[in-house]
Amino acid sequence: MTARIGVVTFPGSLDDRDTQRAIRLAGAEPVALWHKDKDLKQVDAVVLPGGFSYGDYLRAGAISRFSPVMESVIEQAKSGLPVLGICNGFQILTEAHLLPGAMLGNNHLHFICRDQKLRVENADTAWTADYEAGQEIHIPLKNMDGRYVADQHTLDELEAEGRVAFRYVDFNPNGSLNDIAGITNAAGNVVGLMPHPEHAVEPLIGSGRTDGLPFFTSILKKLVNA
Amino acid sequence: MSRTPLDTVEHAAETPDVELPWAELGLKKDEYEKVVEILGRRPTGAELAMYSVMWSEHCSYKSSKVHLRQFGEKAPHSDALLVGIGENAGVVDVGQGYAVTFKVESHNHPSYVEPYQGAATGVGGIVRDIIAMGARPVAVVDPLRFGAADHPDTKRVLPGVVAGIGGYGNCLGLPNIGGEVVFDACYQGNPLVNAGAIGVMRHEDIHLAKASGAGNKVILYGARTGGDGIGGASILASETFDDAKPSKRPAVQVGDPFQEKLLIECTLEAFKEKLVVGIQDLGAAGLSCATSELASNGSGGMRVTLDDVPLRDSTLSPEEILMSESQERMCAVVEPEKVDRFLEICDKWDVIATVIGEVTDGDRLEIFWHGGKIVDVDPRTVAHDGPVYERPYARPDWQDALQADDANKLARPTTSEDLKAQVVQLVSSPNQASKSWITSQYDHFVQGNTVLAQPEDSGMIRVDEATGLGVAIATDGNGRYAKLDPYAGAQLALSEAYRNVATTGAKPLAVSDCLNFGSPEDPAVMWQFAEAVRGLADACQQLGTPVTGGNVSLYNQTGDVAIHPTPVVAVLGVIDDVARRTPVAFQEEGQLLYLLGDTREEFGGSAWSQVVHDHLGGLPPKVDLERERLLAEILISASRDGMIDSAHDLSDGGLIQAVVESALLGEKGARLVVPDGLDAFTLLFSESAGRALVAIPRSEELRFNDMCGARGLPVTRIGVVDGDSVELQGEFTLTLAELREAHEGTIPALLA
Repeated sequence: MTARIGVVTFPGSLDDRDTQRAIRLAGAEPVALWHKDKDLKQVDAVVLPGGFSYGDYLRAGAISRFSPVMESVIEQAKSGLPVLGICNGFQILTEAHLLPGAMLGNNHLHFICRDQKLRVENADTAWTADYEAGQEIHIPLKNMDGRYVADQHTLDELEAEGRVAFRYVDFNPNGSLNDIAGITNAAGNVVGLMPHPEHAVEPLIGSGRTDGLPFFTSILKKLVNA
Repeated sequence: MSRTPLDTVEHAAETPDVELPWAELGLKKDEYEKVVEILGRRPTGAELAMYSVMWSEHCSYKSSKVHLRQFGEKAPHSDALLVGIGENAGVVDVGQGYAVTFKVESHNHPSYVEPYQGAATGVGGIVRDIIAMGARPVAVVDPLRFGAADHPDTKRVLPGVVAGIGGYGNCLGLPNIGGEVVFDACYQGNPLVNAGAIGVMRHEDIHLAKASGAGNKVILYGARTGGDGIGGASILASETFDDAKPSKRPAVQVGDPFQEKLLIECTLEAFKEKLVVGIQDLGAAGLSCATSELASNGSGGMRVTLDDVPLRDSTLSPEEILMSESQERMCAVVEPEKVDRFLEICDKWDVIATVIGEVTDGDRLEIFWHGGKIVDVDPRTVAHDGPVYERPYARPDWQDALQADDANKLARPTTSEDLKAQVVQLVSSPNQASKSWITSQYDHFVQGNTVLAQPEDSGMIRVDEATGLGVAIATDGNGRYAKLDPYAGAQLALSEAYRNVATTGAKPLAVSDCLNFGSPEDPAVMWQFAEAVRGLADACQQLGTPVTGGNVSLYNQTGDVAIHPTPVVAVLGVIDDVARRTPVAFQEEGQLLYLLGDTREEFGGSAWSQVVHDHLGGLPPKVDLERERLLAEILISASRDGMIDSAHDLSDGGLIQAVVESALLGEKGARLVVPDGLDAFTLLFSESAGRALVAIPRSEELRFNDMCGARGLPVTRIGVVDGDSVELQGEFTLTLAELREAHEGTIPALLA
């Protein structure tokens, strides 16, 4: 048996099909979910993909957070459903208060697309178990609003509880506080990050590395072994 | 204030003496008289609006048509060509049941006026051309030309254009995989913003812009129609029909990529369910163009009720609605029983869709407003029977003097120190410097099929995950070469793009072009245009790569000074398995560097002559199309059979530019030697065409040499991949760190 992992398509989602491909390459079954539909089709986990849902109008993720599908995602995430938010998905998770903090525009005011070096800080989440803590990986990054910010109290708490999942190494591409690239909730089932692991799953394509594949094998192993 | 009575067809017939503002709308007197002759009466205001935009240079190609015919007349036979010139974009068979559509267009003038929106809507327009063919867009490319890099206005135009291309393309989820950025003072008031797009579909999904089948419904869907993008209509509206309206409306359109993304998805879903008989995007000339082209390409007529067009601004006049260039709109022809399903899909994607008319069994395009008939025309006369001009052309009197000003007479470096200094000067000059500050603002990963993206020689996209089938695209153009000799310049643009596709291992199949020139009313410019078209058509014929479509942009000039003639050529190629692609970067130390082709003392129009001497004169490099074809065959075979691990075409900047790029990208140096029969300067800086640099594993050296020898391609071993510097034996050594600083520091320093 394998795991069924849902990928939500919002209007303006861009990396939904790429994420489905990554799930497939990892050996799991991708299931398309639709923003207007509350039904999560009994998936075992959900990915909120990258893109510009609702055109990033108002604020990135601010409108999607209120879509019907998110009502179900928020509810089930609170009772343990594994949820991964990539880029715009991370923005939606912060807007939905499943993860703390917020994303501002990059400090250099430009869109940035690069192969980004990260350090895995927490290899105990549902989505990172196939990494080792301290491992350095390269994952493509591409965004306009990627500057992670939170109040000092929240930052202290994230650091103290080991909830910074990924940190930018060598170069902070957007001015994120504490070089934070991704975080997890306290339970470890909800993870969000700005870089795009689904673009690093095949040796020939994109960055030419497969450093992103463990995201999808991590969750698969967890679900199948559960 | 009382409204003027509606100018219906009937009213026009009754009031033959009413003066219409045809001149303000850009029509010439004889053109207006031809409209009257066609209709047998004066046109209504709405008809005048339609004829004036459709007969404009931009829409009718009236100055260029007589020359462009050569692309059809000289078209080489190609089994790969599924749809040729004349449709929204050409379609090429790439095998395994897949077809690829691609096209390059200009958005030059709007991008100077409003860089962000001008460039953004340029991307939007070309992408709609691609979806109108039935294809899913899979990539975009952007050949750009700006004024001098250090000119203050470049700092206004370039960042806006780049942000606009990124802002729109990134939001659509289209990887940006190629293009060029060139600086030259000649583009100061006339930047060139060309945008290209590629789409992929199955053969059976090809759609065409035609309205057939009486009773079929015409559905307008996408954004509401607003007052943006109306040039002349505001004059028409404010002077003739209603004095009380807001008079000046912005002539540059405003884009909404989010709306376009929805339009893409909903159109593709409608195609998938086979709901669409004919389709046309609304670009230049908006509804005037879409209705007249759909109707004239179909078998019947068309009746449209303009009152049903959803508006952003309820005060728009019918003329303005017909001329509006509001973005993100498309027009589909759908059979009546499929209309409900079509509307349902639009609703799913939150796209507004409205039935605005139907196909009739007549042969007229009739448009109604408030119950009155305001347009009654033969749609062909609007869409296809525009004026055709045989504009006078003459070789300019300065051409001889320019060609006589031989670049081979320029002072060359006399010492090793000079040579080294000029290498640094070259690779750090704005045109030769790394453009990563620009390209990093474009998403090249999205869709998860990008095999190669800039700064590779061509962009490459995987088409089929199972088989590895892929397509490659390269765009090139060198205005300096074309200024020296427009015939050869156009051929060199094609040669370079063709070579760039082959360098990555793909087989060149077809061509699209964007021809950027000055005013056609200047005989010298018209001569440049005529020569460039003749050169390109001849070369396409010889290389067996048909022109599938493209775009002409004229009037790129300020006062009497035209830009360099700038034919930009896009070549599309196919590769059976993207795993065999050849990258630019050096892969392994110890591999042997070979220079393929002949190197001559050719410096006319070269980067060296520009950077070191600020000189433009003499003749461009010699064109040898048979050599290009042979070189391409060798590069493709060598890539397929695993004989080469990296390859880079040689063009502007010559060999040293290629070596430095391959070294920096691969983070591996090179030791070079000057081969017998050449001097160091010529080896490094010559821009002879038909050449490439390849890196060969030692185990393949014999086999590679045998292949080249058997086919008659001259090859010269010039060095080895090695160390962390670029060394020319006996002359100089430059560390990769020094080169990186020189090559990558320039653009951020100028623009960041």
